[in-house]
Amino acid sequence: MFKQSLINRFKDILGEDNVLTSKEDLLSYSFDSTPDFESIVPELVVMPESTEQVSEVVKIANEKEINIIPRGAGTNLCGGTIPVENSIVVVLTKMNKILEIDEENLTVTVEAGVITQAINEAVEARELFFPPDPGTVAVSTIGGNIAECAGGLRGLKYGVTKDYVMGVEVVLPTGKVINAGGKTVKNVTGYDLPSLYSGSEGTLGIITQATLKLLPLPDTKKSMMAIFDKLDGAAETISSIIRNKVIPVTLEIMDQVTIQSVEEFANIGLPTEAAAILLIEVDGIEEVVERDAKKVVKICKENGAREVKLAKNEEERFEIWEARRASLSALGRMRPTTILEDATVPRSNIPDMIRGVNKIAEKYDLHIGTFGHAGDGNLHPTILADERNEEEMKRVHKAVEEIFDLALGLDGTLSGEHGIGIAKAKYMTKELGEDGLQALRDIKFSLDPKGILNPHKVIGAGDNE
Amino acid sequence: MSNKILAEIEEEAANCMKCGLCRKICPIFDELENEATVARGKVNLIQNVIEGNIELTDKYEKLMELCLLCKACVDNCPVGIEVDKMVFKAREHLAKEKGLSWMKKGIFSFVKNKGLFPLGMKLGATFQGLAFCKNKGSQQGNNIRVGIGMDPNRVLPDLAKEPFRDRYPEIVKLNNSAGRVAFFTGCSINYMQPDFGESVVNVLLENDIEVVIPKEQHCCGLAIGSYGDIEKSRELAEHNLDVFSKYDVDAVVTACASCGSTLKEEYEEWLDDDSFSSKVYDISEYLVDVIDFDREDLGKLRRKVTYHDPCHLVRGMKVSEQPREIMKSIPGLYFEDMKKPDRCCGAAGTFNIKNYDLSMKINRHKIDDIKQTGAGTVATGCAGCKIQITDGLNQAGMSQEVVHTVQLLDEAYQKRREEREEEEVKVIS
Repeated sequence: MFKQSLINRFKDILGEDNVLTSKEDLLSYSFDSTPDFESIVPELVVMPESTEQVSEVVKIANEKEINIIPRGAGTNLCGGTIPVENSIVVVLTKMNKILEIDEENLTVTVEAGVITQAINEAVEARELFFPPDPGTVAVSTIGGNIAECAGGLRGLKYGVTKDYVMGVEVVLPTGKVINAGGKTVKNVTGYDLPSLYSGSEGTLGIITQATLKLLPLPDTKKSMMAIFDKLDGAAETISSIIRNKVIPVTLEIMDQVTIQSVEEFANIGLPTEAAAILLIEVDGIEEVVERDAKKVVKICKENGAREVKLAKNEEERFEIWEARRASLSALGRMRPTTILEDATVPRSNIPDMIRGVNKIAEKYDLHIGTFGHAGDGNLHPTILADERNEEEMKRVHKAVEEIFDLALGLDGTLSGEHGIGIAKAKYMTKELGEDGLQALRDIKFSLDPKGILNPHKVIGAGDNE
Repeated sequence: MSNKILAEIEEEAANCMKCGLCRKICPIFDELENEATVARGKVNLIQNVIEGNIELTDKYEKLMELCLLCKACVDNCPVGIEVDKMVFKAREHLAKEKGLSWMKKGIFSFVKNKGLFPLGMKLGATFQGLAFCKNKGSQQGNNIRVGIGMDPNRVLPDLAKEPFRDRYPEIVKLNNSAGRVAFFTGCSINYMQPDFGESVVNVLLENDIEVVIPKEQHCCGLAIGSYGDIEKSRELAEHNLDVFSKYDVDAVVTACASCGSTLKEEYEEWLDDDSFSSKVYDISEYLVDVIDFDREDLGKLRRKVTYHDPCHLVRGMKVSEQPREIMKSIPGLYFEDMKKPDRCCGAAGTFNIKNYDLSMKINRHKIDDIKQTGAGTVATGCAGCKIQITDGLNQAGMSQEVVHTVQLLDEAYQKRREEREEEEVKVIS
């Protein structure tokens, strides 16, 4: 419990309404979207409305050695915004202004709390495009997306959030405010701080503003669905599309368990005996889209697709994507707890990854549906369980660890887009080794010597001193 | 946890993934930006009550009150968690454990009383001049004189001097009828919007449907139930079931979304029987889907109309195409949808009385949306929405008229009759 005099200092800076102290309010910021983690109640929740206020809050926290949990919409899947002991949650959603859309330099400058979809809506009106689109794009904030380096369905062609961050304004763990990067395409003045802060998960400072790169909105797009009786056929199709110099915006896979779950849930006429479905979208100028779509259809058929559907209009396009949209819903509805992993492998290793996950599911007697971004190797093995069942959760935890080993064995990585947070911190040495992790810690403590910014996240607990 | 009421929703609560997609859609969260007010936050608090981590504090009670029951989160939830039902249960639990305030108890007993309530409403109509003064703004209606705890700028309709049900015989007979329905009027139509009810009767008769308006019918019970007094609601439901089962009818029609969805959804649960619920139709649904209403005898209505989807119609009764189809069938009528026609107007039954400022902030989005369409008429299918939108338009100095969809249809039929009379006069002369 903070002393009233300390709480009053925050109220003086932020105003009465922007400091939450009631137990009910604090409980509401004790968790995020991550399943299977104990919530921890923060001491205070504050909602700054300006960079200056953020800076003042951080200065007090630094002085009093209070931990700070920066938070946007709280929709991450790595426990990144679950509080720790003696902490203040700093919610940035009230800093939600789009400051400038610069059509000549193709940039947009925003406050950290702007919802990413709002950026898209604003720039689309000017025929511009901000490509990163995580599943939570309608609610998550750009600050959170940068801090987690969010990915999404368009990664294969357009990359991920870090590829669009040109400049950042950051409140350092001391409360000082710095600006790094800017509107120039080229900038080699010093270390690349916008990249350092992309994916920093709130451990190195609080991102308060960002300047983002925009692209011209593609003229048109075309969607296809291909159904395969054999997993290898689907896998070969993925490799073959890329070999044939077509880079789809989106290239998604659903495995048999997912297909069956979706069909049971949504009844949209998916073939439940199929081994895999690929969902593919190409975009660009009309002639190229036509040519690419034809190429993709041909490649699917050559690789044994039993059926390829090509959407002729927006309505059919919507229908094709219905299957993918329903995936998480269908899996999520089957059991109370849905653990969505995102171990990622080079795309050529996708079939081995899917087969490996299926074996793990069998070994631990678990229901695991795998779907995800096949084109960039980012799969989402989704484990269905009930976190109130201890015995089952033990099996889940073992399976998760084996999935990580499997991915690393296939030249992959622990997390493609969800982040490390507290959920995967303990596996970090598996991928980076002791020295690699130590390098991260050295960066962390050189910027945050007191270790007050989002402690225990990424680099693990107990190593903050 | 020994609590039986909350135990019923424990499993549903466990199914919430806390994904936070409800943040996109909750009108209350949109205004307050506090995680405690959004669906996943409420589910989390209810779980904390079940686990005994928090007491039934005033703050918790207030947070459970801050729900419009608009079902937007339910519709948007990837796993379909019925958060509105959970809030309902949380309120029932609160009412049971903490008791209702003396004021609520008094009001609910009054509303439930089949003799006193009609009498009180009639007395109210006679003496409303004492409480009301004429609104001078852009909309017709009354402002409340100070002293009864409502905002003095608020516009409310007159209480009907002669309630709707007193204006008709119990059975509005037809000689060669093509069907027979019972009309559940609800309190709002009976006492405040009898014009809605008259149009319902007119369009049904126009389509050769005989209308039964049971005198004994009473409040549907939603308002009382939504404050947690499920016992009284259930008694009202049983009463209405008894009353309506006396008549041999093809269907029960409603013209107020909240009553309709209560009869259709809640009664099934409260009465544990769907024989009544399965006969309930919203008037627009009945006209379009059941009898395929007469589209030949419609006169021209030259006006631009937009439509507000009441929450309980679009997400409750799943009726949204039918009212649009009715309007689009009227010659001369130009229909244009708002950007978000199905966003809650903020009325939410009695929510707007206790949380007037917040409800008007929510309403502001609706008013701006209406303005964008440039329509001169706003149609809807719920008396509560009409009152709220009229008030919002008045505060914004806008003069759009707000009507029930069937009023437009009624007017179009009348227009055609007038046109025909004129044609006959021409032929004769």
